[in-house]
Amino acid sequence: MNMYIQPEYEVVRDKDRCIACRVCERQCANLVHSFDAETGTMRADSGLCVNCHRCVCVCPTHALKIVKSDDTYKINANWDNQTINEVYRQANSGGVLLSSMGNPKDYPVFWDKMLINASQVTNPPIDPLREPMETQLWLGKRTVKIERDANGKLKNTLPPQLKLKVPIMFSAMSYGSISYNAHEALARAAEELGTFYNTGEGGLHKDFYKYGKNTIVQVASGRFGVHKEYLDAAAAIEIKMGQGAKPGIGGHLPGEKISADVSETRMIPQGVDAISPAPHHDIYSIEDLRQLVYSLKEATDYKKPVIVKIAAVHNCAAIASGIARSGADIIAIDGYRGGTGAAPTRIRDNVGIPIELALAQIDERLREEGIRDEVSVVVGGSVRSSADVVKAIALGADACYIGTAALLALGCHLCRSCHTGKCNWGIATQIPELVKRLNPDVGYKRLVNLVTAWNHEIQEMMGGMGINSVEALRGNRLMLRGIGLTDTELSVLGIKYAGESM
Amino acid sequence: MLMREGQFRNPSGCAVTGIIDRSGRRMSGECMIRSISVMHDRSNGLGGGFAGYGIYPHYKDFYAFHLFFDNESARAETESFLGRHFEIAYSSQIRTRKIASITDEPLIYRYFVTPLSRKLADSHLDEREYVARCANRVNVRIKGAYVFSSGKNMGVFKGVGFPEDIGRYYCLEEYEGYAWTCHGRYPTNTPGWWGGAHPFGFLDFSVVHNGEISSYDANRRYIEMFGYKCTLQTDTEVITYIIDYLVRKRGLTLEETARVIAASFWSTIEDKPQDVREQETLLRRMFPSLLITGPFSVILGYTGGLMTLGDRLKLRSMVCAEKGDVAYMASEESAIRAIQPDPDKVYSPAGGEPVIFELYDKERAL
Repeated sequence: MNMYIQPEYEVVRDKDRCIACRVCERQCANLVHSFDAETGTMRADSGLCVNCHRCVCVCPTHALKIVKSDDTYKINANWDNQTINEVYRQANSGGVLLSSMGNPKDYPVFWDKMLINASQVTNPPIDPLREPMETQLWLGKRTVKIERDANGKLKNTLPPQLKLKVPIMFSAMSYGSISYNAHEALARAAEELGTFYNTGEGGLHKDFYKYGKNTIVQVASGRFGVHKEYLDAAAAIEIKMGQGAKPGIGGHLPGEKISADVSETRMIPQGVDAISPAPHHDIYSIEDLRQLVYSLKEATDYKKPVIVKIAAVHNCAAIASGIARSGADIIAIDGYRGGTGAAPTRIRDNVGIPIELALAQIDERLREEGIRDEVSVVVGGSVRSSADVVKAIALGADACYIGTAALLALGCHLCRSCHTGKCNWGIATQIPELVKRLNPDVGYKRLVNLVTAWNHEIQEMMGGMGINSVEALRGNRLMLRGIGLTDTELSVLGIKYAGESM
Repeated sequence: MLMREGQFRNPSGCAVTGIIDRSGRRMSGECMIRSISVMHDRSNGLGGGFAGYGIYPHYKDFYAFHLFFDNESARAETESFLGRHFEIAYSSQIRTRKIASITDEPLIYRYFVTPLSRKLADSHLDEREYVARCANRVNVRIKGAYVFSSGKNMGVFKGVGFPEDIGRYYCLEEYEGYAWTCHGRYPTNTPGWWGGAHPFGFLDFSVVHNGEISSYDANRRYIEMFGYKCTLQTDTEVITYIIDYLVRKRGLTLEETARVIAASFWSTIEDKPQDVREQETLLRRMFPSLLITGPFSVILGYTGGLMTLGDRLKLRSMVCAEKGDVAYMASEESAIRAIQPDPDKVYSPAGGEPVIFELYDKERAL
């Protein structure tokens, strides 16, 4: 028997407002809405609803809303409704539970427990509308020998670096997990903003090679879509060792999402599940990583920085220290709240650590060992606002990756159903009728708007602190104070408590 | 209990002034006392000090260590340490005169030292690094002892009080040097002890600074990677270490150092001629964490010269003047006119623009 499970959310229709135009029906790929010809009214099957709010947004008379169901089992602080339902679901199917996007559980968000400083009297705040306020930076190694030419001029001995006009990049999201139009929007936005987007592990569609100078290409454990031209096209190469949403496991793109185009880009058969293994099978240790880093550098003539991306896990400081000595130019750390197109629910919700703590420890460790200049540090998962960016940089990050926030800008409503491949917003789907709902002309503009707005806010906060370059904010932990944190949390973050003076 | 400087951040406003005779002619410290005293209101009696260059010609080959001791046992412990690491050519208490407003003075001693050759060879360090590390060792390890000056043929004199009183306390009219700098401090908290006063001295570098930098912790956490320890938590200390690191350890020129710590804005660099643009871009890309933001104006003293540099927004005042061989720099023009009523020229350097005055014959400094 399959246990009936009451839907978590209910579709509520205001009958007085509904004009039965059937747009909701046409827009819902989950087939929630239907037209009852006999009564001439619309019906809804809440059991199919994923709460993506597409119908709510497109309804011309605003007749729809989605509410949390008030149906409940007998209240139990230990066995809540969701926990019980998951047991039923697994007893029904015998399967591993799947989820998408970031960990939604009620864990502490340390960004919200840090407060930013501002200047008063002893030094002046700076007005970004009147004075230059620099958010431009360079990512990469900064270990240099001072060498001079015959005229005494400094020679450029710097390894390759990435120039960012804003301290924000779009994090890895593969073509396959997200749509062609979503990729186009990200690529064009990165170009206009003077920053970078990231192919994820899905290869680079041939149409997007023209955005190469704003593209970071990923080399992941499945090696999908990796070839010489792919590496050559990019501004930088990222080796994906792990992902915050699912540390310790590989990836799984369901066959339904492997269209002809995705198949060509990934260099894999159409319609067959694409499984990337948990480890890189040529990397079982740190010295193996070094070999891959240098293989990629050899392949690209030492002209591109190599990024190594890891999930934030318990021992990440030591791991990062190893990576910094492996030849990598940039370390990307992905926190446990980072998004995903599909992950086992138990992994997503229980494995990994908060990015704030991982970042603080990694930055401190690299400094203790005197190797902070060997690598730049980029953090993501999850960075939700300009304030999170400012706090991340003050803790020690060079720049941030944003994924979920970028998808929200494109229309995502965080229904966390990407793995079903039926994204009504045209983002996490390969169904042509759905993909075309995301207009890249509109989407890219919205991404540019978002990052531009954040950049203005970053400038305002920096100006308030009297800091006019993002470089002088990096690792400037005296600009942060903790609130509602224990002594241990403060010491892990390396910050003082609110009210403690300088 | 009252905290000592070093246990907390102590934002300060200040007055600075400096003078150098490029011909190498030596002047007594009296001129600095007169210059700083017209800026009396820029200090609040909680710190003043001086640095003089060329003041120890008879011991010019020896590092002159000036030390504060809280008590005789700290002195005994320090002297034992110095004896194990250096040949001490001469040591004495530094001569001071009683001034009613100067109280709670520590024991103040001077040692002319040179590294023991065996110890130096065994350390595999260059001589100045050896001296720097020994001075640092005393400051960190020996409780109640503090080396506040450690250069050759130069010396720092400082304490808690108004700078003009501190100058008279140390009898600076009896010293003659080719260059002097002076600092009057306006800390927002009481520094608790004399080590918190300025100039900050490190080998032959001395820095006087007016401002409160907003990049402090970014700079501190970066420079501490290279063996420096910011025990005083003052801007001046971290600025001195940055200059020492870039000039002594990395081999940058002072102009290049200025382009790192008071870098032009990217937008300004963009408009510069190609070769300048390339060099400045390179320096910013090499040492981004040593950019100093927020208000500062400093006078750096070093063997053979003085450099003044202000932050790139020019949030703190600095005026330069010249009269013949003599160059002046101060927070206020009045401080220059107090000792030179008729300068040939007076000008305010732009934000981020270093102004460097050196002896015509730098050999004379040594």
